[in-house]
Amino acid sequence: MGMTYVQKLLARACGRPAVAVGDVLEPPVNLAMSHENGALVINQFNEIFQGTGRAPNVWDPSRIAIIFDHRVPAESSKTATNQKKIRDFIAKQGITKFHDIRGDVGGICHQILPENGYVRPGAVLVGTDSHTTTHGALGAFAFGIGATEMASVWALGNILNVEVPGTIKVVVNGRFGPGVYAKDLILHLIGKLTAEGANYKVIEFHGEAIKHLSTSGRLVLCNMAVEAGATAGIVPPDAETERYLREEAGVKDALDVFGPDADAVYDRVVEVELGAMGPQIACPHTVDNVKPIAEVAGKRVHQIVVGSCTNGRLDDLEVAAKILKGRHVSADTRMLVFPASWRIYSEALRLGYLADIVSAGAVVCNPGCGPCLGVHQGALADGETALATTNRNFKGRMGNPSAEVYLCSTAVAAASALTGVISDPRGVN
Amino acid sequence: MAKARVVRKFGDDVSTDIIYPGRFMATVLPTETPQYAFVDDAEFNRQLKAKEIPPGSFIVAGGNFGCGSSREQAASCIKGYEITVVARNFARIFLQNSINVGLAMVICPTIDAAEGEELEVENGNVVNRTSGKSFAIEPLPAARQAIIDAGGLIPYARRLLLERPAR
Ligand code: SF4
Repeated sequence: MGMTYVQKLLARACGRPAVAVGDVLEPPVNLAMSHENGALVINQFNEIFQGTGRAPNVWDPSRIAIIFDHRVPAESSKTATNQKKIRDFIAKQGITKFHDIRGDVGGICHQILPENGYVRPGAVLVGTDSHTTTHGALGAFAFGIGATEMASVWALGNILNVEVPGTIKVVVNGRFGPGVYAKDLILHLIGKLTAEGANYKVIEFHGEAIKHLSTSGRLVLCNMAVEAGATAGIVPPDAETERYLREEAGVKDALDVFGPDADAVYDRVVEVELGAMGPQIACPHTVDNVKPIAEVAGKRVHQIVVGSCTNGRLDDLEVAAKILKGRHVSADTRMLVFPASWRIYSEALRLGYLADIVSAGAVVCNPGCGPCLGVHQGALADGETALATTNRNFKGRMGNPSAEVYLCSTAVAAASALTGVISDPRGVN
Repeated sequence: MAKARVVRKFGDDVSTDIIYPGRFMATVLPTETPQYAFVDDAEFNRQLKAKEIPPGSFIVAGGNFGCGSSREQAASCIKGYEITVVARNFARIFLQNSINVGLAMVICPTIDAAEGEELEVENGNVVNRTSGKSFAIEPLPAARQAIIDAGGLIPYARRLLLERPAR
């Protein structure tokens, strides 16, 4: 019986000829990522060593990545103190994959990992962040874990009790029409699967549209796979994966590129036809409350947000700049743009995208999570509505439980910024 | 587990933003997180902090409880009040976090109970003492149960660490 991608990956990781769905494994971890919540991981890590007579040293400092992104620059002395504690730990342990608050190497964790070549096909990658699923776009089995679980990884180097997940195969046929993007596809899919439809499963992406999709678009799909409850999203690596890793991430060493078996057994196969799909909007307060744009067009929005680990990449800034160039953000709305990394920021600066965006009246924030989780930038007033390219619209997500968040593609966000109401980008040229 | 009341009833998809909003994420210690449990539900949060809700009480929820962020505070803040969460099912990361930090949770796919009703966990069932109905519990896989039996992931991982040669 053939194996799915994640089965083959876990079998290789554990040195077994085959694994079956439901097997419990303890695969070695290739990369363990944390952000500011590393402060809690450090506490739990030290506790594990308590009374053991052993020095609290991480299993392999070269396999740990820490990125400050959730609150940068620090919004409070409490955060600053947590960050200092993490810096001290990093120095003591000799952790090298550290991305501090800096305009050269900083950014959002889920952009920093791919762009620095930290993600490889076939890798087991865990992160103390639910959107760690993002890295499946490069063929890793990547999933979110809690802080105590991470402490155990830092101590042992394995991730315990991984049950080999079943897989949902998603086949995307056709091509993206004008004004339609990976974001629309994934919102549509989440609407179809529901918020718990892929719980405890992997979503494996296939089909003509995926083959032609850039890594940037694949990162969007896998980033949001978790919003259907999936443990991980995976695009089996192909020529585009290799191109990205070589040309954009500077990876030089050999890559282990493999695909699922042709006779792999899937829990379910879901076919999506792109042909007639237009822009999609996730309405408050769940990500699976997805509607075609026509059903919500005209809805007044007070704040537009472009950015995050979902849609803060260079191609997003290009789309936004093209729509905004020579025009103006509507006077009754405000627009915030936060690039996913400083590398992207610098490129967008060089290419003139940021000038077009700022000249139109949008505010460019520093790379980081910012408005996405509503802890230190871009909070909403009671009763206000935001339209965002981020990945969650839960009640309170942008810092105010009395506000509403709609999710969309970058093109929809930029087109709507011009009008102050939810607008179809296909009407803007 | 003794008989106790359902103090809160929720529907499906209760996210970690409801349980422990992102704006309190800089607070990490399990001793400090309980004050922000369900903080945007002002009355429930007040009752919790005023200790009006006895330990052992139940929260009953629908499917996908704890969806969203991986923040462990969402599990530790409820654990601080020793409340048991009974849900149709749990989001993956929240479930694992609960096991790891020792939050009592029960997967009960058919659970039917209203606020104020009394529940008891007994022989693989959740028994609703008010309605007299009984609902089967879905057992956890053995590997996960081992962590609960060890008293959480910290002692469990400590034991594994000691089985390995020192670095
Ligand atoms: S941008 Fe938003 S979703 Fe992405 S890592 Fe930051 S807080 Fe999480």
